[in-house]
Amino acid sequence: MTALRQATEVVDPVPGAGAPHLPQQPDLVQLLSPEGERVEHPDYSLDIGDDELRALYRDLALVRRWDIEATALQRQGELGIWASLLGQEAAQVGAGRAMADGDMAFPTYREHGVAWTRGVDPLQVMGLFRGVDSGGWDPLALGFNLYTIVIGAQCLHATGYAMGVQRDGAESAVLAFLGDGATSQGEVNEAMIFAASFSAPVVFFCQNNQYAISVPLERQSKVPLFQRAAGFGFPGVRVDGNDVLAVLAVTRAALAAAREGQGPTFIEAFTYRMGAHTTSDDPTRYRLASELEEWKLRDPIARLKAHLSRSGIADAAFFDSVDAEGDELAARIRSGTVDMPDPDPAGMFDHVYEEQTPTLAAQRAEFVEYHASFEGGEH
Amino acid sequence: MSTETLTIGKALNLGLRRAMEDDAKVVLMGEDIGKLGGVFRITDGLQKDFGEDRVVDTPLAEAGILGTAVGLAMRGYRPVCEIQFDGFVFPAYNQIVTQVAKIHARSKGKLKMPIVIRIPFGGGIGAVEHHSESPEAYFAHTPGLKVVAVSNPVDAYWGIQQAIAHPDPIVFLEPKRRYWEKASVDTDATPGPLFSSRVVRGGDDVTVLAYGPMVKTALQAAEAAAEEGRSLEVIDLRTVSPLDLDPVFESVRRTGRCIVVHEAAVTLGIGAEIAARVTETCFHSLEAPVLRVGGYDTPYPPSKLEEEYLPDLDRVLDAVDRSMEF
Ligand SMILES: Cc1ncc(C[n+]2csc(CCOP(=O)(O)OP(=O)(O)O)c2C)c(N)n1
Ligand SMILES: [Mg+2]
Repeated sequence: MTALRQATEVVDPVPGAGAPHLPQQPDLVQLLSPEGERVEHPDYSLDIGDDELRALYRDLALVRRWDIEATALQRQGELGIWASLLGQEAAQVGAGRAMADGDMAFPTYREHGVAWTRGVDPLQVMGLFRGVDSGGWDPLALGFNLYTIVIGAQCLHATGYAMGVQRDGAESAVLAFLGDGATSQGEVNEAMIFAASFSAPVVFFCQNNQYAISVPLERQSKVPLFQRAAGFGFPGVRVDGNDVLAVLAVTRAALAAAREGQGPTFIEAFTYRMGAHTTSDDPTRYRLASELEEWKLRDPIARLKAHLSRSGIADAAFFDSVDAEGDELAARIRSGTVDMPDPDPAGMFDHVYEEQTPTLAAQRAEFVEYHASFEGGEH
Repeated sequence: MSTETLTIGKALNLGLRRAMEDDAKVVLMGEDIGKLGGVFRITDGLQKDFGEDRVVDTPLAEAGILGTAVGLAMRGYRPVCEIQFDGFVFPAYNQIVTQVAKIHARSKGKLKMPIVIRIPFGGGIGAVEHHSESPEAYFAHTPGLKVVAVSNPVDAYWGIQQAIAHPDPIVFLEPKRRYWEKASVDTDATPGPLFSSRVVRGGDDVTVLAYGPMVKTALQAAEAAAEEGRSLEVIDLRTVSPLDLDPVFESVRRTGRCIVVHEAAVTLGIGAEIAARVTETCFHSLEAPVLRVGGYDTPYPPSKLEEEYLPDLDRVLDAVDRSMEF
């Protein structure tokens, strides 16, 4: 059995059956029930073809396969750390696929699924977690900024970028990613104030995965997060973050509104971090296993899979081919990571400034000479 | 006498426990310090024993932690704030530098700020960016703050208690890569003064100064140098603000040579201040310029390069050679 099958099997073939229902959430936008039934929503419709549906499934499955491989590689000492997106695939793929070519995303450290949709090579993300560089991709070329680890800082960057888009009269929008914990940061609140004040074409996409490491949402907010937007003066929407179709529809609409000059939207994607915060974390210290079991029944991938099979949009051969592609991807990620060359040590002196200062140039020369002295074995 | 073998992490945990027992006004605040016990488990078990009112998992906001600590301190509490990693203190930097540091002077001593800001600092743990910083100079440069950097379990155990009992705000730096280093700690002893440096190995040829994680590196270098017939005197500074330099001057007058080691970038680091002070005070005893071994003037590199970035035994010995050959 493939790793992906194992990961989705618990809920296959009828996800959601017997899942304790989430607290009544009249505001939750859903287009696909946990059982995989298409449902209608008065404000959000999605006109989507079979090819696109299969493509979304493929994205979700491949991103999860990558994540599983990365977790394994960390366990085997090939990565320093890994921040798993397990359970958040639909939120990320839905948001990423809602973006148009000229749009720009500002991720945190967990947006591997968005990176995938923007065409970032998974190996470049692996390089960051292996400690080779800070993520080697070209942010402007791909419309996907480098990862930001300092919580919340990217929300201001996204807002400023959107202010630039606005000045240029460009027809694009910006997607700022943040977590539930991040909503407490002053900088995030400042970003929302700037965005509102200048009506900047930015969408705040908050993955409420219920935890900031060990701290549950209740410590960050006494109201549902999407309701905060009203206080800043722009719309807030809560979407089922495990429903890729709903996320796609809601994010598309928000980005379109931003492009049309209607200003920011705050999207709360209601989801769950199924794994540990990172490979360094031990969630058994702060949450019950039963909680995870409940959320497994709302698995975002099994949900789409059930829909595709039951409606005849995809057959076993399709799922097998995605599995096989996943294994190939995992093999490429594995060998690419293990064989990744260590960076040139002297490279740390480069790019600190556009033009190296004399002091730094001297330090670099001394550094190179010092290390060369070991090569002769004389030290 | 009761002696226990403790790691630095466990010594801090016990020290915090004792401080909380000794003074009901001590309140711990930070991200993930409750059930999780902090990402390094320094507060492990404390919330269970002292309750959620005294070990507070805060919202995810460092400015919030330090800003509310100021108000709590004005009400007579003694907040002990944990910053999860060195690189995440900066959202709180405004509060620390413009408020915490100045309130005592502005109020002419009417307002006390007995706040301890605990920060695991330094590199060497293979982390991603912002988890390996050495920000001590920013704080030491700020009048009104004191900065302590412990290197061993004994100082961790006593130092944290002394810092909490101290009336001024203290940035308390914990050498994260040494959290698991062990030593025997006599928990009934009478500790020496907090703001004092200490000779941790006697020697005649070169005086080597270090604090926090680099003390062990300096001691290893002294060990290696001894095999080559060179005798290094190692001084653990223990406090970087205020600096206790009398033992350093005494030592340098004997050896005539001085090397300062720290992980932080050399430019305008603690070593620069020490070089100036030693030169001003011991000029006629010096046989070589004071040398600095530290981080390069680059951002902390990706972890695959941190061994090349961080001072190690060889770089200390190289400086010893340069000093001796001057
Ligand atoms: C300014 C800052 N403080 C603390 C941290 C340490 N930290 C890393 S992730 C995290 C929790 C973030 O929670 P959330 O925003 O919900 O995002 P999630 O990790 O759940 O995706 C914390 C406290 C940090 N990276 N930056
Ligand atoms: Mg979260």
